[in-house]
Amino acid sequence: MSEATLDQVTDHHDDHHDHGPAKGLSRWLFTTNHKDIGTLYLWFSFLMLMVGGLLALIIRTELFQPGLQFINPEFFNQMTTNHGLIMVFGAIMPAFVGLANWLLPMQVGAPDMALPRMNNLSFWILPFAFGMMIATLFMEGGGPNFGWTFYAPLSTTYAPDSVTYFIFAVHMMGASSIMGSINIIATILNMRAPGMTLMKMPMFVWTWLITAYLLLAVMPVLAGAVTMMLFDIHFDTSFFNAAGGGDPVLFQHIFWFFGHPEVYIMILPAFGVISHVIPAFARKQLFGYDSMVYAVASIAFLSFIVWAHHMFTVGMPLAGQLFFMYSTMLIAVPTGVKVFNWISTMWRGSMTFETPMLFAIAFVVLFTIGGFSGLMLAITPADYQYHDTYFVVAHFHYVLVPGALFSIYAAVYFWFPKWTGRMYNESLGKLHFWLSFIGVNITFFPQHFSGLAGMPRRIPDYALQFADFNMLSSIGAFIFGFAQVFFLYVLIHGIRAGKKAEARAWDGAHGLEWTLPSPAPYHSFTHPPVVTEEEAHT
Amino acid sequence: MADASKDSSVYYVPHSGWYPVVLAFGVMLMLTGFGAWLNATRAGEPASWTQTIIGFGIVALVLYFWYAKVIAENQEGLANAVLKRSYVWGMGWFIFSEVMFFAAFFGALFYVRVLAVSWIGGDGAKALTGEYLWPEFEPAWPVVANPDPGLFPNPGESMAAPRFSDVGSWLSYLPLWNTIILITSSFTVHIAHLAIKEKNRQKLITWLGITVVLGIVFLILQVEEYVVAYQDMGLTLGSGIYGSTFFILTGFHGFHVTLGTIILLVQFFRSLKDHFQPEDCFGFEAASWYWHFVDVVWVGLFIFVYVI
Repeated sequence: MSEATLDQVTDHHDDHHDHGPAKGLSRWLFTTNHKDIGTLYLWFSFLMLMVGGLLALIIRTELFQPGLQFINPEFFNQMTTNHGLIMVFGAIMPAFVGLANWLLPMQVGAPDMALPRMNNLSFWILPFAFGMMIATLFMEGGGPNFGWTFYAPLSTTYAPDSVTYFIFAVHMMGASSIMGSINIIATILNMRAPGMTLMKMPMFVWTWLITAYLLLAVMPVLAGAVTMMLFDIHFDTSFFNAAGGGDPVLFQHIFWFFGHPEVYIMILPAFGVISHVIPAFARKQLFGYDSMVYAVASIAFLSFIVWAHHMFTVGMPLAGQLFFMYSTMLIAVPTGVKVFNWISTMWRGSMTFETPMLFAIAFVVLFTIGGFSGLMLAITPADYQYHDTYFVVAHFHYVLVPGALFSIYAAVYFWFPKWTGRMYNESLGKLHFWLSFIGVNITFFPQHFSGLAGMPRRIPDYALQFADFNMLSSIGAFIFGFAQVFFLYVLIHGIRAGKKAEARAWDGAHGLEWTLPSPAPYHSFTHPPVVTEEEAHT
Repeated sequence: MADASKDSSVYYVPHSGWYPVVLAFGVMLMLTGFGAWLNATRAGEPASWTQTIIGFGIVALVLYFWYAKVIAENQEGLANAVLKRSYVWGMGWFIFSEVMFFAAFFGALFYVRVLAVSWIGGDGAKALTGEYLWPEFEPAWPVVANPDPGLFPNPGESMAAPRFSDVGSWLSYLPLWNTIILITSSFTVHIAHLAIKEKNRQKLITWLGITVVLGIVFLILQVEEYVVAYQDMGLTLGSGIYGSTFFILTGFHGFHVTLGTIILLVQFFRSLKDHFQPEDCFGFEAASWYWHFVDVVWVGLFIFVYVI
């Protein structure tokens, strides 16, 4: 079937224009091809992972011992701020959009994304936006130093001048995300192959559809928040200044109305990836497909009514605290459904443990740890103690690093043969996994303890009793950092010297993408394929 | 080539092209230029518009070429049914994202009106806040006396609507006329749409032209309202939370009306060239959806910013 598809691609395009990849740089600058754009997104996010990781290592170097050794506190603030911003907006989000670009058209049986030129624009905005944001670090007065949550008035009244460029960079990233989501929604709803009903869509497609709606709903709100900042700074308004009748807490409400769905934007596609990898290596169908879909939808809905659990100590009315505590705890129910289903999928499966599966299993275990610490933080009176400590840092790094990032690694190893036509080296991949797994736990597990003991986050110096935990954390961070540079070697080794991959590179993998040859043809499906029972995810 | 439009099982994928990357570059140039201008102005240094204007020029030119190309492709019959449905989905969800953009400002308005202003005045559990910060402050909406008038000068008066019984004042109340104009324009643009369906080009041109004129009249009146606010009423962006919410909501709405008017104007010139067919007029329909959207936002504004 794949051979026939290839012929049709050629036939159809010969009559008006050539559709092979262009040569040289112009291929990447001007491309409208979903695979090229996916590749751009993925390499860009890897570059940002390296930059953000470098900032993290600067932080961990300073925190290796108590006292101020290497950098001054002002610079430290810029490091924590930009580490967060770059990792969230530059590494994790673009990586998932890159995966969406590569996979969605193949998984729904389409030739490309629905709006290919806008797809190119969505990507090319990002290098300019991040160029602007990173350039602020070298400006007079320094770059953003107010934390990745940029709370007013730190980000307005007391901000460095460069905040203006930061605001515009956020506007540009938001525009990129909105166009990307519109494209993804149009692709999924409009370009599915005949026979692929909504409840037959692969889980990655489902999770991205819901994520795209989250992005559409909250990125404009973020744009509104930074716009109000811009007006407070340059046009004398008083949105976040109580002296004029505004309220700094208003900023926090608007920010977290964006911010909480944002953290699910970074984890829902991860759920989708894991729901592909575990069935493939357990050689069983995904357990409870329907409940997985409903669970993702429930989590997405709940994400809109829990935002103020980030603000329990800000001085909210008691009724508000109770509402946000209980609504937050509700999220554990659909999340528990998902974890249960992943484990049930593995139950009595004929499992093998290739690198993607290792990352997926680590995801299930370590993400659950992050989920449990989230439940602890959801308890309002307990949060009074944990708020702004390293416990929070440990919590969100557990859901983002061995959560979101590990799922991206699982996806890269899993679909690597489909993208490149070659297999990565299994031993190198496993080495990358174990270094990452050990590194990430040494880095972040001790932070639970220093946080519970009261060590505040975002501080370049600390009391002596936290010295051991911090030294351990820093050692783990360097192991983890080294592992990610090593990952680059694994990739290049695989692309250059890997063994040729078959169309269905993993014997347990199902889905339309595995019916295409490896590497996949430049245009996936010019004529809609037939969705067979075997490839449908029911 | 033309079979793409008839055979819905064949997809059309456009050529690669230079528009997107140049557009992204133009946006970057425009925004960094504007940022530099803002920072220089705030520091009291000489500021230049040059880079902003060049960036804006690039953006405007690329958009022009881009749309021209999309229109040309459609007329060649390259855009098939699937692509056209994608445009419909795209425009619909784009408008949804715009709704959420305004939701942020409406949310801010509701939050300060209902909660923040009374808390500053010491309401509820915030008695000590009221006592320690600005004990003189009397919470009320519109806030015509700010907590710290030294930092944020009080507005002379607000834009609040007259009493319902006071018919004479309503007749001279500018926002009411603006409401009437915008709602009328939603009807006129609909009549223009019906004209396309009836294949009556003259009727289309007339009613679309009337819609554009109504949009321009709305904008002129809005500018007039701002002039009165700044010169006669002492109501500015800097006069506390009332001025902040008033100008950001009406200002961004006015900006969207400007965009909508330009979009309708483009459709007007396209209707002069006879681009629209009863079964193929999504360019017009998208513009019309956008126009209805700015109309609905205005109704929300009129109720929550002016009347209530």
